[in-house]
Amino acid sequence: MTPPDAPIEGANGDMQPGRYYGRGVPYLPINGYPGKLIAIEGTDGVGRTTQIQLLREWLEVKGYGVVETGWTRSPLMQPTIELAKSSNTLNKLTFVLLYATDFADRLEKEIIPALKAGFVVLSDRYIFTALARAGVRGIDRHWLRNLYGFAIAPHMVFYLKVDMDTLIGRVLESRGMDFWESGMDLKHGDDIYDSFRTYQNKLLREYASMADEFHFRTLDGRRSIDRIQEELRRQVAAFLESADKPVEPAEAALAR
Amino acid sequence: MLNTLTSRHEYPGKLFVVEGIDGSGKTTQLALLAKWLSAEGHRVFVTDWNSSALVKAATKTGKKKNALTPMTFSLLHATDFADRLLYKVIPPLKAGMIVLADRYTYTAFARDATRGVDRHWVRELYSFAVQPDLALYFRVPIDVSLDRLMARRVKLKFYEAGMDLGWSTNPVESFRLFQGKVLEEYDRIVGEYGLEVVDATGSITEQQRLVRRLVSPYVSKLPEEPTNDAA
Repeated sequence: MTPPDAPIEGANGDMQPGRYYGRGVPYLPINGYPGKLIAIEGTDGVGRTTQIQLLREWLEVKGYGVVETGWTRSPLMQPTIELAKSSNTLNKLTFVLLYATDFADRLEKEIIPALKAGFVVLSDRYIFTALARAGVRGIDRHWLRNLYGFAIAPHMVFYLKVDMDTLIGRVLESRGMDFWESGMDLKHGDDIYDSFRTYQNKLLREYASMADEFHFRTLDGRRSIDRIQEELRRQVAAFLESADKPVEPAEAALAR
Repeated sequence: MLNTLTSRHEYPGKLFVVEGIDGSGKTTQLALLAKWLSAEGHRVFVTDWNSSALVKAATKTGKKKNALTPMTFSLLHATDFADRLLYKVIPPLKAGMIVLADRYTYTAFARDATRGVDRHWVRELYSFAVQPDLALYFRVPIDVSLDRLMARRVKLKFYEAGMDLGWSTNPVESFRLFQGKVLEEYDRIVGEYGLEVVDATGSITEQQRLVRRLVSPYVSKLPEEPTNDAA
């Protein structure tokens, strides 16, 4: 394995938004693309999808072209990932690579073309979800960050943060705990409630450490949908207005 | 849980790898090597690239629609490789068997770099792999390999001919251009990872003699009695 002190040539918090984290996709130069990439992160049940719908609506009324992208939605990999989940035969390393493949497909076919054409890309989860899930499963952090070196650093990352009790309440109210969200593959025991708690606690810790590492804009996910949306719109508006002004690229980077 | 491609493994078994482009004769040589090792009383397990069932489905979807990009091609094969490594390579190595791999990480290094994927990134990607005890590279000029494939009336495979890159609409011409670049990448890899080069233009018997000579120092140390698990 790579020595721990070796430089990370991949996902890191010091990268300029809109650039590749690491060595990127060499045959797809993206410098100067006019679009903006905004990611909404958070565990299950925090209302990411609702917030993205509302944000999209508002952006379009304001005249911005919007493209949405999610996690595990590429036509290439969806059948394979579903098959893998249902059969429970794949190793965790293989899973990590399947998700990375899926993301690469969406990056090249959805995200990069949209950024090139000047869209605002709203990403329901981003690589941080993959980093958190793999981190909890004991995959080498350094290797993971190098792996995702082909990803683009978003212009904004919002993290909808909730505490464990709120999270449990929301998940039970909506669709209940499932095998994967409860980390049952980690074999914390047969009790789905205990396993859910242990697993989601670890995930929250991963997100918390990434919030510092990648400069997340953390929002209190316990507040009402309207309050959260208000805050999202305020920050996104401020960013897009400053980005629309004809400033030097270096200044724009500092302004984040 | 992760191994490393650049340091020795500690499994009781041995891992021997053959590398080379299509038509280099590596599969023939590997089969002869397996025969010999089995006859000598070793427990041998042969594995080849693209053999895991689950990933095959996605590869097929991708190939049918010609939908794989160099990056997804690379990552999909890394996924397949991880699956193969964890289920087909490591268990027999733990059991003290001889694992013979037809193509290994070096195939990915050569192909992916030719497709425009970053060389350093793809090497990091595969750093979880087990380092082979011996990797044999069957070096062959592009015309010799093409002659062999044509003689067998093999239909050149879409991705193997690099047709996805659009360098030529003629499969033979595309194969020549693409695999020509792959050969250059292999030459780089040989020095980097210490692959043993076998001149693949020689006769099959000649090559096999060399292969066995290269392999024998590694297998002589194995117990004579393959049934003796305690050894």
